[in-house]
Amino acid sequence: MPLLWLTLIVLAIAGAGYVLGRSRALASAGGDSRHLHSLPSYYGANVALKSVVPAIGVMILWLLLQPLYVGSQVSGTIPDSAVAEGSSRSLVMAEVRRTADGLKNAVALGEMTTEFATDPDADLAEVTQSLKDAGQIVTADVTQDILRGAQKYRAMNATGYFVMSGLVILIALAGVFFGLRETQKEFRARNVVEAGLKAILIGAASIAILTTVGIVLSLVFNTLEFFRLYPFMDFFFGTKWAPSFSGRGGASDLGILPLLWGTFYISIVALTVAVPIGLFAAIYLSEYASPRLRAVAKPLLEVLAGIPTIVYGLFALLTVGPLLVKFFGDDGLGWMQSGTAVMTAGLVMGVMLIPFVSSLSDDIINAVPQAMRDGSYGLGATQSETIRQVVLPAALPGIVGAILLAASRAIGETMIVVLGAGAAARLSMNPFDAMTTVTAKIVSQLTGDADFASPEALVAFALGMTLFVLTLGLNVLALYIVRKYREQYE
Amino acid sequence: MNDMRILERKVAANDIKISASNTQVYYGDNHAIKDVSIEIEDKTVTAFIGPSGCGKSTFLRCLNRMNDTIDICRVEGDILLDGEDIYDKRVDPVQLRAKVGMVFQKPNPFPKSIYDNIAYGPRIHGLANSKADLDVIVEKSLRRGAIWDEVKDRLHAPGTGLSGGQQQRLCIARAVATEPEVLLMDEPCSALDPIATAQVEELIDELRVSYSVVIVTHSMQQAARVSQKTAFFHLGNLVEYGDTGQIFTNPKDPRTESYITGRIG
Amino acid sequence: MTDATAQSPEPRKQSSLISSDARTAKRNAAEKRFRAYGLTAILMGLAFLVVLFVSIVRSGMPAFTRTVVDVEFVLTQEQFDASEKELFKTKAYSNLFIAELQDQLTASGLSIDFDAKAIERLLGKVGGTLREHYKANAADLGKPVQFELAASSRVDGYFKGRVSRDTLQDSRFLMLSDLDLVDALEEVGIIKQAFNWTFVTGADSGVDNPGGAGIGASVVGSFFMMIVVLVLSLPIGVAASIYLEEFAPQNRLTDLIEVNISNLAAVPSIVFGILGLAVFIQFMHLPQSAPLVGGLVLTLMTLPTIIISTRASLKSVPPSIRDAALGVGASKMQAVFHHVLPLAMPGILTGTIIGLAQALGETAPLLLIGMVGFVARGYPEGIVAGFTEANSAMPAQIYTWAARADVSFYEKAWGGIIVLLAFLLTMNIIAIILRRRFERRW
Repeated sequence: MPLLWLTLIVLAIAGAGYVLGRSRALASAGGDSRHLHSLPSYYGANVALKSVVPAIGVMILWLLLQPLYVGSQVSGTIPDSAVAEGSSRSLVMAEVRRTADGLKNAVALGEMTTEFATDPDADLAEVTQSLKDAGQIVTADVTQDILRGAQKYRAMNATGYFVMSGLVILIALAGVFFGLRETQKEFRARNVVEAGLKAILIGAASIAILTTVGIVLSLVFNTLEFFRLYPFMDFFFGTKWAPSFSGRGGASDLGILPLLWGTFYISIVALTVAVPIGLFAAIYLSEYASPRLRAVAKPLLEVLAGIPTIVYGLFALLTVGPLLVKFFGDDGLGWMQSGTAVMTAGLVMGVMLIPFVSSLSDDIINAVPQAMRDGSYGLGATQSETIRQVVLPAALPGIVGAILLAASRAIGETMIVVLGAGAAARLSMNPFDAMTTVTAKIVSQLTGDADFASPEALVAFALGMTLFVLTLGLNVLALYIVRKYREQYE
Repeated sequence: MNDMRILERKVAANDIKISASNTQVYYGDNHAIKDVSIEIEDKTVTAFIGPSGCGKSTFLRCLNRMNDTIDICRVEGDILLDGEDIYDKRVDPVQLRAKVGMVFQKPNPFPKSIYDNIAYGPRIHGLANSKADLDVIVEKSLRRGAIWDEVKDRLHAPGTGLSGGQQQRLCIARAVATEPEVLLMDEPCSALDPIATAQVEELIDELRVSYSVVIVTHSMQQAARVSQKTAFFHLGNLVEYGDTGQIFTNPKDPRTESYITGRIG
Repeated sequence: MTDATAQSPEPRKQSSLISSDARTAKRNAAEKRFRAYGLTAILMGLAFLVVLFVSIVRSGMPAFTRTVVDVEFVLTQEQFDASEKELFKTKAYSNLFIAELQDQLTASGLSIDFDAKAIERLLGKVGGTLREHYKANAADLGKPVQFELAASSRVDGYFKGRVSRDTLQDSRFLMLSDLDLVDALEEVGIIKQAFNWTFVTGADSGVDNPGGAGIGASVVGSFFMMIVVLVLSLPIGVAASIYLEEFAPQNRLTDLIEVNISNLAAVPSIVFGILGLAVFIQFMHLPQSAPLVGGLVLTLMTLPTIIISTRASLKSVPPSIRDAALGVGASKMQAVFHHVLPLAMPGILTGTIIGLAQALGETAPLLLIGMVGFVARGYPEGIVAGFTEANSAMPAQIYTWAARADVSFYEKAWGGIIVLLAFLLTMNIIAIILRRRFERRW
């Protein structure tokens, strides 16, 4: 792993820089650290920072940019004739990359000599065969263009990494040199190091923004790509969801409405379970429960929120589904065809959401000032009258916020619906029918064999975009309401 | 001036409304009220005075069992309202509080309209048979709270939008609306400015006609201005209880004297 | 101000406190009902919890046991030599084994007919296993050796109630007549239940071999992922929180970051999966299914949680501490790193552990970066390979099993959940102990 080594080398250089900087500073003060502006360690840290930060920064940038550059260079060498009918350049590039990886691994395993792997005129059948012997994944026979591309790809990458390593080490050394040159006793090392540290802290804080930007960009680009292949109107207003398999046979119907309907139906069932139970639990815990009961029941309810969703998914698929079938299936009321249904997923999701509603509502009810309750008791109201007519109206905005947050959870929940709701997209009113949701379809469209350039895979990004916008809207609204509510009583 | 007013005040003997004997209150292990016996008269303003933490508010809250809402609080001894023990097992604190209303230190209007604030008590106690009844009660209570003229045009505006003094009078009107027999006030003016305080004090004096009013205050001037009877509490004990004029001019207990002359508290 | 005096006091309803009127009775009944609703809600919540755990334990515990044939077997040197000369060597071993079983059954007074085919249906290729053992351990020849051979998954199912005589249809996997043999062997004590080490330590098997499936390899995958998450999210999260809590000026950028963080905490996890797929795999071409990529995605997901809890614990350090440090001439940075941060550390660690526990159980993003459907057949070779080679993770492995057609895998999925929950429980207990031990009230 050359990267690991490179990082270690840079760190070693920086470590040496630290020691040198520290001793040079001490020397400049005649060995008495009291004559220095800052503590000796700051002079060392200054040198170390100046070497490590630019070196690692250049390394990360290089690693990000090199694949783009190499990709476009190699892509340019592949003639249009090599791009088969119904395929795309990005598919061919994926093949090139796969072959390049295969060659690398085959050489590493000793199945192939380095000369053979870099020979542009190597016999194609032989290359394919030896790749297969080395256990590498080769989807089709390697063509001349792909082999040349792969070899160029490998060569360029190797050069790139070599140049990068040299550059990074040079930068690290230059940093040490520069840092040492400014090290003398009047130099304000602490201020410089602290400014550097602060810059690092700001960098860490902006990762949150970078993440959001990353999410938005990856969604937007692929969604735009999708809308170039599939009409915008058909996606948002289509009532039929029927992707064709493997992206080749026939046109697909990719209407989002059945998925949205499934999503909302399941969320509504979930909220119908979670809101009354969660709200009443919160009321009881905050207004009636003895401290003992509260200390036990509150954490226990919150355990429900800490259980991974895969567990709920399995619970829906293997426990709740069969149980519902027993009562509502053909042997019972005859409403239900199979265990996976809106009701199954909705009920289980409802259980999962109980603690969301109850914890948030509990906080919010507790934030209602005691003076409000006292005023009501002072007038001779019973506890339930006080809660219903004074506390709940006062807490209402906050509770609405909590319910919106729970709704956003329900819409974005994946594992329960993947396992519990079924795979059929349909617009039905029967809660015992199997339906599917936006999240479940994102999973199924991106985990299949369809290639990433086909509308069948790209639609997942459009679905993701819809999901992101929906949940973001709900979250922003909910957080705004809750914040306003908090301010009211602060 | 004050002393003159106190001396002039006619102190008529009224019926006994509340009678407490040997009352003890504990907060966990803390003995907060020690052996207090007092008889509070009807149609009289009784002031509880004393330094902070002397137990005057605690004792006040015993009188309508507001202390029930605090888990660790325990009350012993007899407190009789019209001869009935309010700590009797059969007594419903809800019914008791309808008879013994309370106004708190900080104005605490509900986050509802002014009208709904006043109507809240009558509604839960079923005092009105119709909307018209309720309108009558609301108007009458707001008039008694001496705030009707200020709010009659905006009855459906939120009660939290009023000024501090208006809010406190609204709370008094709200307490009056349930037709209580006793009105407890826990430092009702401590959060108010002097003008609002004067308005509330005037109101208290007027309420004396219909109710037995018990007011806790840490302002001796206020006690002197509004009350006919004064009780001085110190460290959980009822030190002295008597006519306001006598307490402020001729205290019998040296502790009372030290307090009203400003040497302790 | 004369309204009150103007009206004469009305005649009061003289009512006793002690006798309660009808209206109060009604109100009190409503009070009781309301209280009962609350209690019912809590009890329902707790009941769900109990049902969930009971069904997990009941369905998952069988994954930790397996049915084995435990038999003492002696092979002499002569028999070994003779078998090695045969044309079908394993068949010879198999026959010896059958003879031994027959002897043991007869010795216990049971006689039942069975052939080599039946044994193969019950135990797979016994002859091969025996031959390999003796070829590798020649010293065992002539001595009695205790063999513990795993029974086929159908037989396992018969013991665990998945397969019954009524529902069994004769197939090449199991015949009805075989069950007689199984019953007989059970009576003699040769066939029995034993702890399933393969499940705890093993790797996933193919779709056709539920008996050999284990969760061990995916535990290792999860472990590497958690290392990535810890190494990245703790320093980044703490650095970001320190900046936001201690240094950030009140401006638009800070507001933007804050809003961003609280929103990221509520973005559905599947969206992070899409991000991982698009950025780490499509754009950066990092290896698919690798714990490194899973760890990166989960880091981005966990960061908001860690930042929120870290800021809370930084906030709980009273300003007087900062003032004290600044008062003796420390720089702001020194005050934070020397005084505030160490005091906030227990809270930060607690938050981090809880964030890690969340990440450990997260499944949806892993689906998209290819950690599902990948059959991890062994442990990674070495540390670097642990990060970069394709592997599975616990929740992904559970999902893979749940999605398989063979019902026998469901038991594995439940068993996997028990292992996963055991890890989560341990982490949460550590967090609670940390909090209890170092909690400080100012």
